[in-house]
Amino acid sequence: MKNIKAIFKRELRAYFSTPVAYVFIVIFLFLTGIFTFYIGGFYESDQADLTPFFSFHPWLYLFLIPAISMRLWSEERKTGTIELLMTLPVSLTEAVIGKFLAAWVFTAIALALTFPIWITVNYLGDPDNTVIFVSYIGSLLMAGGFLAIGSCISALTKNQVIAFVISVVICFLFILSGFPLVLDFFSGWAPQSILDAISSFSFLSHFNSIMKGVIDFRDIVFFTSLIGLWLYLNTLAIDSNKAR
Amino acid sequence: MEHAIEVKNLSKQFGSLLAVDDVSFNVARGEVLGFLGPNGAGKSTTMKMIAGFLEPTHGTVSLCGHDVLDDPIGLKKKLGYLPEGAPAYGEMTPTTFLNFIADIRGLQGHHRQERIKDVVEKINIEGVMDQPIETLSKGFKRRVGMAQAILHDPEVLIMDEPTDGLDPNQKHEVRTLIKAMAKDKAIIISTHILEEVDAVCDRAIIIAKGKLLFNGTPAELISKSKFHNAVSLIMNTNQSSAAKQALMNLPSVKAVEFEEQKSGMSQLLIIPEKGMSIVATVSKLVYEKGWEVGQLRVEAGRVDEVFRDVTLGSAEKLTEKEHLS
Repeated sequence: MKNIKAIFKRELRAYFSTPVAYVFIVIFLFLTGIFTFYIGGFYESDQADLTPFFSFHPWLYLFLIPAISMRLWSEERKTGTIELLMTLPVSLTEAVIGKFLAAWVFTAIALALTFPIWITVNYLGDPDNTVIFVSYIGSLLMAGGFLAIGSCISALTKNQVIAFVISVVICFLFILSGFPLVLDFFSGWAPQSILDAISSFSFLSHFNSIMKGVIDFRDIVFFTSLIGLWLYLNTLAIDSNKAR
Repeated sequence: MEHAIEVKNLSKQFGSLLAVDDVSFNVARGEVLGFLGPNGAGKSTTMKMIAGFLEPTHGTVSLCGHDVLDDPIGLKKKLGYLPEGAPAYGEMTPTTFLNFIADIRGLQGHHRQERIKDVVEKINIEGVMDQPIETLSKGFKRRVGMAQAILHDPEVLIMDEPTDGLDPNQKHEVRTLIKAMAKDKAIIISTHILEEVDAVCDRAIIIAKGKLLFNGTPAELISKSKFHNAVSLIMNTNQSSAAKQALMNLPSVKAVEFEEQKSGMSQLLIIPEKGMSIVATVSKLVYEKGWEVGQLRVEAGRVDEVFRDVTLGSAEKLTEKEHLS
């Protein structure tokens, strides 16, 4: 626990001691604004809810989250600090969890800074604040899923650009796994049960169901087990790759 | 008593490359071991395995009784390790970096402050404590790396090329520091610099092509030199060819090398048969013949020559073997 905390602290501080954090937060807030008000038609819909705001989160995360996660392990490998970290009395699991939590809390900070939009919608109308709160939780869980994928991929390469691109592709498949784009690839030969399993991996369908304001136990289990699985793969990736 | 560092039959295979081949040695507390070897000989790979970064393909490593496979965390608690190139988080300052290490090492309260202060003073980095590490010079980066390695006062200290890229003054400081710490620690350093072995190490190991080729004291290493106990004479050039002839006829003299120097003087290097001392007979001859000798000196031997002999010798033997098979 002490080690996770130490690594978490170091990692979170690292975001804020470079321009990365500020650039990310500004771009994130700017883009959520554009998506909500211009593309999402927040005013035109004439509804006191934040659906236009949340429905674009998967697409924003698709590009922004890999930008955060790409440096998590690639940079350690590139600069050789992984040798330092792995020869300190820290287990691999602790290091992976500490780094992941730092990235997740950082995302949570960026997400929390969108609070003016919550105030705005309350000022303009009378929204269901429970739904909004639950949607925030769902959005954060989904961000965690993206981050875990990105963290694992960044452990596979020294090159941050490669880590970014591969993470985007895998996240894209996870967003769309319930849609024809992905399902058509399998539908010719795979049995229905596998098709169902694949479509159940869709971030979009899980997030959409949370956005309705109902926290389904299955959606939470989905995201948390997804995070756990990818972080486990992350440890394996480091173990087999760290020397190269 | 058990040794602080025990390495048994250590091997590491990378694909088809056998980087480390059946290396065994021990290091006791109070001993400084120097790792010598050409680039790519397997020095760093061996150190990485001892530090628990790489898993050995075969063999075992134990530090203070903690086995690297059974108890890696216990082993790492006993160990201070400076990886090659002294990597550190560039955006951190030495202050935040050492505090991070102190967090991980579980140093707390008064003791923690004391240790950080102590190490910063010892390593001499007070002046740069609040600059980002990536902006520091190579020498300071290396020192920050060393500070990190000794922060918890470890029983075992392993440093991969601690003096690489330092200027002569900094090298001297680092060597003094290593000697000062040697009393109660088991220390391994790797180096290219041969005089460093003589300056700081109690024992030297030579590794080439992954094989351990020499394990002994620096004195033993130097005694393997063909120049060990050779006598050098500086004398007038017009006497020197006669002298060369006379010296060749002395017992136990293997060869005499002749080198002309400026202002009419020459140097004669008289090389003895292996293990023989010839200084007495040479000086007696000089006295009898009444040569004008500017300097008479006994050579200790040349480490670089032994190093070439040991490391290249093995390469030649290997190619011979390949020819036979």
